[in-house]
Amino acid sequence: MYDIEKVREDFPILKRVVNGKPLAYLDNAATSQKPRKVLDALTGYYEQHNANVKRGVHRLSEEATAAYEEAREKVARFLGAPDARGLIFTRGTTESINLVAYAWGRKLLREGDEVVLTETEHHSNLVPWQLAAQVTGAKLRFIPIREDGTLDMDEAERLIGPRTKLVGCVHASNVLATVNQVERLAEMAHEAGALMLVDGAQSAPHLPVDVGRLGCDFFAASGHKMLGPTGVGVLWGRPEVLEEMDPFLGGGEMIREVHLDHSTWNDIPYKFEAGTMNVAQAVGLGAASDYLEELGMQNVREHEKRIGEYAYHRLSEVEDITIYGPEENRTGVVSFTLPDIHPHDLAQLLDEDGIAIRSGHHCCQPLMRRLGVPATARASFYLYNTEEEVDRLVEAVEKAREFFGAFAS
Amino acid sequence: MMRDLYGQVIMDHYKRPRNRGEIEGADLEEHLLNPLCGDEVTIYARFDGDKLADVKFTGRGCSISQASASMMTERLSGKSREEAEAEVKGFKKMMTGEQEFPETDDLVALKGVIQYPSRIRCATLAWDAFQNGLGIDQ
Repeated sequence: MYDIEKVREDFPILKRVVNGKPLAYLDNAATSQKPRKVLDALTGYYEQHNANVKRGVHRLSEEATAAYEEAREKVARFLGAPDARGLIFTRGTTESINLVAYAWGRKLLREGDEVVLTETEHHSNLVPWQLAAQVTGAKLRFIPIREDGTLDMDEAERLIGPRTKLVGCVHASNVLATVNQVERLAEMAHEAGALMLVDGAQSAPHLPVDVGRLGCDFFAASGHKMLGPTGVGVLWGRPEVLEEMDPFLGGGEMIREVHLDHSTWNDIPYKFEAGTMNVAQAVGLGAASDYLEELGMQNVREHEKRIGEYAYHRLSEVEDITIYGPEENRTGVVSFTLPDIHPHDLAQLLDEDGIAIRSGHHCCQPLMRRLGVPATARASFYLYNTEEEVDRLVEAVEKAREFFGAFAS
Repeated sequence: MMRDLYGQVIMDHYKRPRNRGEIEGADLEEHLLNPLCGDEVTIYARFDGDKLADVKFTGRGCSISQASASMMTERLSGKSREEAEAEVKGFKKMMTGEQEFPETDDLVALKGVIQYPSRIRCATLAWDAFQNGLGIDQ
C-alpha cells in the first residue's frame, strides 16, 4: 500500500506556503524536490567525511572515496546495470549526451554516416548531435510523431538502415507524456549495426528502468530530477563501447601516465571523470536511488499513472482546452493550452494560488513547431503529488479562464 | 497581486491592441524572439523626415509582451528619432528600477512586472526590438 501522507512527510519543502497557500509543486519534470534522506546524506558527507577522493591515503580521503564508489554501485544497481564500470558520473543528462557526442561521435562518425533521432527530442539530445554532425559531416535524420504524439515506428523502420551509426531517443517525453518504444528502436539499431542511446532524464525518476532489458548502449539521466541534488547525473555505457572511446575532458584522475608530450588514459569509468567530481552530490544521488528503491519503482509508476490519468481527465473537462500526447499509457506529465490565455500568464495566475507549473517550450522548440504552438503550460506530477492538488490545479485554471474571459475582446 | 500585474490597462491593450499590423515598405522592420518563452514581436516603423510617422507591431506571446508592444507603438508615434531613443532608454531604466515610473503615465501599468524578474524581458521585448531596429547597442 502506497502511503502518500507518509511519503509527503519525507519532503520538508512540501510544508512551504506560497502566497498564503500550501505549495502545490507540479513542476517535477523540471526538477524534483528532495527527501530528508538525501539532504541528510549531503550534510552527513560534509560533516563527517569530506575530502578529495582517490588522492589521499588519510582516513577521510579513504572514507570519501568509499562513499563515492558506493554511490556508483547504488545508481548502477538502480538502473539495472550489470557492471558499475559502465557508470560515469556527469553533471546531468546534458553533459552525459555531450560526452557521447564528443568522445564517441567526433571520433567515430564519418561523412555520410547518419544519426537517427526523433522530432520529440529535448535540445540536450539534439544540439550535441548538430555540433558533432558539423564537425564530422554526418547527417541527422528524424523519426516523426503521429497525431497522438507517439513515434511513427514504420517510419523508424524506414529511416534506420546501413548508414545509421547511432539511434538516439528520449525514453519518456517531457512534453507529450509518451513512453517511447526504445527497446524496439534498440533492436532496429543493432540490426543495422548501430548503437542505441536512450535519454532517460524523464524515465529514470518515474519508471522501473533496466538498461539490460532496454538493450541500449548508452543511458543518460539527471540526479536532480530523481530526488537527488543538482550538479550530478550519470551516463551508463556498455563497457566495450566505452573502452573504444576517447576521453571527453582531460585533466586530473582521468589519466594513467602523463608526459609533457602525451598521456595514457585511466580505466573506465575514471577515464571520463576528469578533475574533482561532485562527490557530495554523487553521494546524495546514491541516497536518492536508495529512497526510490525502498518505495519501489513499480509503486511509484502506479501512483503517477493514477495521478497523471486523473489530471488528464479532470483537465479534459475544461472548456476549449487542448491536451497534448496520447490518452493512454501516459507518464505524470500533462501539457496543455487554452485559446485565450498564454501559458506564461496562466502559470503566473496559478502561482497566486501557490501552484507551481511550467510554461514555455520546455527545451523542445522543434516539437513546439510540430505541434503548432509557441509554448504550452505543463503540470508534471511526482511520487508526492495528490489528487487534491490536481483538483486545486483544475480549479485555478477555471479561475484564470474566468479572469481572462472578463476582459472580452 | 493578480490585479497589480494584470490591471485594466494591460488587459485592454492585450485584448484590443493598438497599431497591430505590418507596414509595407517600412523604414524599420525588426523581429525579436524571447528564447525563454517563445514570445515574439516584429516592430515596423515609417519615418517622415526625422519623425516617426507610423509605428506598428505584429507578434504572439503573453499579455505582458503584447500589451507592452501596443503601448510602445502609441507612445512612439509622432516622436523624433532622438525622442524615441530617449523614450526606449527611459522605459528600460524604469523596468530595471533605475528610474521611477511617472504616476500619471499609462506605462505605470507595467510597474507591477518589476516584482516578477522572469517577466521583465516580456515587458521590454518590443522596446528591445525597436532599439535594435534603430541600430543602437543595448
